[in-house]
Amino acid sequence: MPDTPFIDIRHAAKSFGSLEVLKDINLQVQKGQIVAIIGPSGSGKSTLLRAINELDPLTSGEVWLEGVQVNKKLSHSQYEKHVNQVRQDIGMVFQHFNLFPHLTVRGNITLAPKLLKGISTEEANRLAEEQLAKVGLSEKIDAYPSQLSGGQKQRVAIARALAMKPKVMLFDEATSALDPELVEEVNLVMKQLAQEHMTMIIVTHEMGFAQDVCDRVLFMDQGVVVEEGPPDVIFRNPENERTRNFLRKHLAAQK
Amino acid sequence: MDIDLILRVYPFFIEAAWVTIQLSVLTTILGLACGALGAAARMSRLAVFRWIGAAYVSVFRGTPALIQVFILYFGGPQIGIQLDSFAAGTIALGVNIGAYMTETIRGAIVSVDKGQTEASRTLGMSRWKTMRYVILPQAMRMMIRPLGVNINALIKGTALVAPISVVELTYTAQRFIGSTYKPFEMFLLAGLLYMVIIYVAGQGIAWLDRRARIT
Repeated sequence: MPDTPFIDIRHAAKSFGSLEVLKDINLQVQKGQIVAIIGPSGSGKSTLLRAINELDPLTSGEVWLEGVQVNKKLSHSQYEKHVNQVRQDIGMVFQHFNLFPHLTVRGNITLAPKLLKGISTEEANRLAEEQLAKVGLSEKIDAYPSQLSGGQKQRVAIARALAMKPKVMLFDEATSALDPELVEEVNLVMKQLAQEHMTMIIVTHEMGFAQDVCDRVLFMDQGVVVEEGPPDVIFRNPENERTRNFLRKHLAAQK
Repeated sequence: MDIDLILRVYPFFIEAAWVTIQLSVLTTILGLACGALGAAARMSRLAVFRWIGAAYVSVFRGTPALIQVFILYFGGPQIGIQLDSFAAGTIALGVNIGAYMTETIRGAIVSVDKGQTEASRTLGMSRWKTMRYVILPQAMRMMIRPLGVNINALIKGTALVAPISVVELTYTAQRFIGSTYKPFEMFLLAGLLYMVIIYVAGQGIAWLDRRARIT
């Protein structure tokens, strides 16, 4: 076990005006760990995830990745440089895919590596082919996002994030917008990443997936981590009343 | 209707139409430049620029273009700006339509889904790269038609330089009415030529729009 956690979130707090959405959250993730964050909507789980790459900066508290503080207080131009750098190490996958509709699948995957890592077009193309093979979409390399199904779009979005060779992947309800029959293909890709020991933080509504894949589960409600532990404990034998209520309602809704 | 008269004066109208086309093209170019700058100012991180952009839009959209033309052409010499009527007309109309184009361009840019910016920034792309490679290519497609509406208005608006004696279509019609007393024929001829110019411009814009959609 390394002494310093790979990802270290200390006393994270965030408020919008008088509304506190995160209250003193601490989260440590080790390299290769897979953490699921579950909880009702409005619990702050997406906000916490989006704080990790400064998409929704914290009001107070610190976020560290591999000994580097992500949310450093810097002058505007230095801050911009700094976040542009650290974000390259933090891949993110969104609920609504957010593929670039004016670019082909290849263009989507190669845009950032070409611009930010200065790699040649041939290298970028190889990278795109490699990542697409990984998500099983090699034949779609020249398609536009509008020609893909939801599940395919999300797999391309994952390939796009992986092309930057991130140290950690953040998934923000990556399957919530998908038709039920398309969820599995995305889950499979995520499971494969898990097998490759990618460090992942996954905000999800899919308890089955969280149980199968994750090392740890956090249950959040009203801006605090109510309970956390191994999936077996959280899903089978949660201590907290709020966790039990949430899981009961959730499972009832899924039936 | 005096067809003979129309056939006699018609070459002068063609010449005037050419002036109207030149005015329209130059005004469009100047308007697009002002619009791009205005939109950049309106969306700047710095409040001063946002304020300047907002002031520009409200002043030039909030006063008649004719007054703006008059201020520059008649009022200009009083403060040391001496321009011939064509230059004064082009500049006044260009800056005026630029205020409308500012809002058109800004509108198209802000209408690009926020998720696009988030996805791009998350990959580590800077604000500028995000704008250049992700937002603008999408916004450009969306602004072609509304800019076409601005250009349509601008072409008709070129008639506003007739009072400062730019020899364009409206001025030419008025001049010939003075000597022929046939306002119906003269204005009809001018109107027809405006329609041709606007039709061609409209086709050009529709073509651009179609082309932008395919890719």
